[in-house]
Amino acid sequence: MKITLLFFGILKDIIGDTSKELQVTESITVDGLKTHLLQKYKELNNFSTFSIAVNEEYVTANYILNTNDVVALIPPVSGG
Amino acid sequence: MQKNTSIKITSKKLNIQECYDFVQDVSCGGIALFVGTVRNQTQDKAVTLLDFSTYQSMAIKEMQKIADRALTDFHILKIAIHHAEGKLHIGDIPVIIAVSSPHRKAAFAACQFAIDTLKETVPIWKKEYFADGEVWVNAHP
Repeated sequence: MKITLLFFGILKDIIGDTSKELQVTESITVDGLKTHLLQKYKELNNFSTFSIAVNEEYVTANYILNTNDVVALIPPVSGG
Repeated sequence: MQKNTSIKITSKKLNIQECYDFVQDVSCGGIALFVGTVRNQTQDKAVTLLDFSTYQSMAIKEMQKIADRALTDFHILKIAIHHAEGKLHIGDIPVIIAVSSPHRKAAFAACQFAIDTLKETVPIWKKEYFADGEVWVNAHP
């Protein structure tokens, strides 16, 4: 199934893009996606502390993704 | 129902008076105002400017959650949370939080809760620029 990835902050610089479309297996969890991403983008391994938001809401590791989800990789925030 | 929260992310200059005017009310005995400002150094290194980027649609939602929670958890009347994005220079204002309340203690407490939570949860990132380079703040644990 297709999902959209969004990259922010330092991850945008590391990946060199603000968004990408990705094909993943049905019913993949957020944790599963994270493992997949760390294999696909080796450069992410030094920055594996990022959080994940799906459709603009923070989710936990066992959250199950659906087709067309918008998945944001959120590095440690530094607003204020 | 009257709107008791004002949430904004803008690339324009933040306006302290606008936040004050939004929360001001005859039923309130006090207004707590937190104004973040860009300081001229980080760990003894001179900062030239900060660049704030946001996941704007989600950041607005998270800021709204903070405001709604502040209204629920503290005895306050109104709250404004405004944040800037884009390039800011020394002395510029990245964030303003204004809270009005019948009594001052609740206003102080809600204001502190709001800025502390914003710094933990709202998807906004700042890049610091120095004379000899740049760095994403907090990016390296």
